[in-house]
Parts: sequence; structure tokens; C-alpha cells
Amino acid sequence: MLSKRIIPCLDVRDGRTTKGIKFRNNVDVGDPVAMARLYYEAGADELVFYDITASSDRREIMIEVVRRVAAEIFIPFSVGGGIRNLNDMRAVLLAGAEKVSVNTAAIQNSHLISQGARAFGSQCVVLGMDVKKVGVSEAIPSGYEMVIHGGRTPTGLDALWWAKEGERLGAGEICLNSIDADGTQAGYELTLTRMISQAVSIPVIASGGAGTPEHLYAVLTQGRADAALIASMVHYENYTIKGIKQYLQKRGIPVRLAW
Amino acid sequence: MVIIDYQAGNLTSVVNSFQALGMDGRVTQDAAEVAAADRVVFPGVGAAGKAMATLRELGLDRALQESFRKGTPILGICLGAQIILEYSQENETPCLGLLPGRTRVLPGQPGLKIPHMGWNRVRFLKPHPVFQGLPEEAEYYFVHSYYPEPAEKAMVLGVTEYALPFPSVLGWHSLVATQFHPEKSGRFGLKILENFLAWDGADAE
Repeated sequence: MLSKRIIPCLDVRDGRTTKGIKFRNNVDVGDPVAMARLYYEAGADELVFYDITASSDRREIMIEVVRRVAAEIFIPFSVGGGIRNLNDMRAVLLAGAEKVSVNTAAIQNSHLISQGARAFGSQCVVLGMDVKKVGVSEAIPSGYEMVIHGGRTPTGLDALWWAKEGERLGAGEICLNSIDADGTQAGYELTLTRMISQAVSIPVIASGGAGTPEHLYAVLTQGRADAALIASMVHYENYTIKGIKQYLQKRGIPVRLAW
Repeated sequence: MVIIDYQAGNLTSVVNSFQALGMDGRVTQDAAEVAAADRVVFPGVGAAGKAMATLRELGLDRALQESFRKGTPILGICLGAQIILEYSQENETPCLGLLPGRTRVLPGQPGLKIPHMGWNRVRFLKPHPVFQGLPEEAEYYFVHSYYPEPAEKAMVLGVTEYALPFPSVLGWHSLVATQFHPEKSGRFGLKILENFLAWDGADAE
């Protein structure tokens, strides 16, 4: 049976992890490569790196991080943030990432998804979606709208429509982030996750709001998610990946427990 | 050792994981180099039709057939575990025919997503030098929509369940192949690659 994936997410700015992850066990938690290694050894099923480097002339720093991570960890990982074109995608994949996540650029130019899928295969292309609950309207029939720039800019696109469109264009997976739940640690947006997951036939990674193992259980069952992204819960050592997986297994969720 | 490059996906992870084991595999498109190699890794991601066309164009189909005939240890990965059979349902493609059998599409089922992507368990059916030292219950990383079905049951070393039980590990003479990605399957995946490096190509029995 296919395991549900538990995926730590690392935000990286100028080659360093952010979010004030505290120092632990002689590991430089500001070093994304050291952190990746730590989570790899702790049983992460996959990793997500989100590059929040502002200036584009520092992009090469992230590519170097990807190269170093790929030489040390042997599970899939994806890289998102600031991917604007096919060349950006190629650079990240050739550096050793398994997948590349496109978000804003895909909304501005949806050909990027189909071009990426044709050039590298659908399995490499993750559609990153930042979604905000806005209520049902004629323009937004699902009640959920696509937003960009970290949630500050509405796009007028319906999230449910965009998820199906992304799949049609060739995305191999969706990473679905609720802007409302993000950072709250109060639980994933279950209604949104269930709606999107049932509407597409590609895997959906739920993101935003994880605070306890119960939250993961809920999004993997009621939310129908195939995988769950976690950040603060493990960055601040409130939980271990192993502890989360043992909890899920006890509740009947298939997870990978040997590594 | 050579790693065959036939423009079917990204080889970085395969190269990296062998490097972590101290083996610098030579990435090559050269048929003569493949035929002469003492060990061959045959990875691949993508569609069977285009892959076979490229292999034929480069003469790599014959090189692989020659390597197999000579008893060179060969490791097929993912697409490289499918197009070693005679035929693939994907793009209705005649394939290399190193082993008899066909590659079939994974049947769709309500609630089961295609491609089969993620970590899934492999049930090993019999011992083999390349798959020794692994835990009895462990998961490996898969990404695929088709699966290999050799004509002979004896060629199936391991089985995985997704919609149906399908052959996920093949082995016959000097050839082994995994539908999953050992280079992305953590420590146990690396163990398989390490075993492959030490293997002389002789069958278990």
C-alpha cells in the first residue's frame, strides 16, 4: 500500500534557512544542507525547499545549495520560489532536485507548466498553489481564490478551476497551501484540501496550519491529501518525524517506518 | 561502469548516489563503450516510444543486447525496467526484448491516483545477491504509470501492491531491474546499488 508522505519544508533566503530555527545538537540549523541531512536521517519521506531570496542575481546561491543537498540526501526533494522560466527549471533539476515547483510564474504564464512537463516530464512539475478563502461569488464559484506575492495580491482566479487547469496542462502534483491557515498551527484547511484532492487525479500535498499529529491525521483522511507538509512542528522540536509517523500508524494511516 | 544516457530523464541523482558509494560511473551515449563496459546502469524516466527511438538511433539497443548476452551485470531502473521486455503498451512500442514479456498500463481505480507516486512496499519472493541485507518490510520510492510483466514468473524477484500486485523487481541471469528508484530510496536504496557494484552477474541459484 502506498504510504502517506510526511514532508518537512525549509525556507531558504540567500542560502540560509529562515524562520529562526533554533540551534540543536551541534547542527548548524541555518545551513539548509545540514538541516536536509538531519531530516533525511530522521525519516522524512521527501523535502521541500522554498527559496525566498529576493534578488534574482543571488539565484546561483540556491543552485549551489541544491547541488550540495543532492550529493548528500537520497530521497526526493523539490525546489520552489522564484522559478520564472524553463531555464530556471532546468538549472534546479540538473543540480539534482527531483521536482520543481512553479507558482506565480505559472499563473502569469500557464505555458510554463506545459513546457516544463514536455521538457522534463510531468513528474518533475509541481503546481504550487497559494489559496485564500474569499466566499462564493460569480467570479470565484468555489469560494477559494488564487493569490500571489505571499497572499497579498489576489488574482481573480478560482482555485478549483486552476487546480484542474494545472493538471490538464501537465502538472504532476499539486502543493496546496492555505494562506489563511499558514503559520497558525491550528490545523490544515480541510474543506479546501478535500475539494481540490477530489477534483484532480494527481497527488495533492497539503500545506499550511500543521501544529499537531492530529492535524496531519485529519488532512490525510477527511482532507484526502496524499502527503502533508510540516514546518514549525519539527523545526522547533515540538515533535519528531518518527513520533508523528508512529501516531499516524496507530490510527491506521500507512506510513514509512523503516529508513 | 557506465550509466547509459539516452535523453530519458535526469541522471544527476543516479550519478550522485553511485558517487556516494565511491563509484564514478561514466555517463555515456556511446554504443561501443556500453558494449565494452564491465557493468551497466540503465536508468530512465519518460515515454517508451521516444526512449526506444533514441536507443535505436544511437545503436544502444544492440549494445545492451550484447552486454546481456555476454553476462555483463546490468541494472535497469524505472523505464529501464520496462523497456528491457519485448513490448510496451505505452505508445505501442516494440522494445529491447532482453526478457520475454510486456509492459502494461497500471489500471485506474476510484481513489487511486495515477501515476503511482511515493513510497511503497516491496515483497521479495526469493533471495538474490543484489537484494540481500535489506529489511523484510521496507518501502521504496516509485513514480510510474506502467509496470513490467515478464512472461516467466521465475523472473519476478519482488512484488508491490497498487491497484493490483505488480512485479516491481526483476532478475534473470546478469540482469536486475527495479521499477522503483533506488537512488531516491534512502539508505536501503543505496544498499541495493552497493550490492549491485559487488555483484558478478551470476544468478542466486
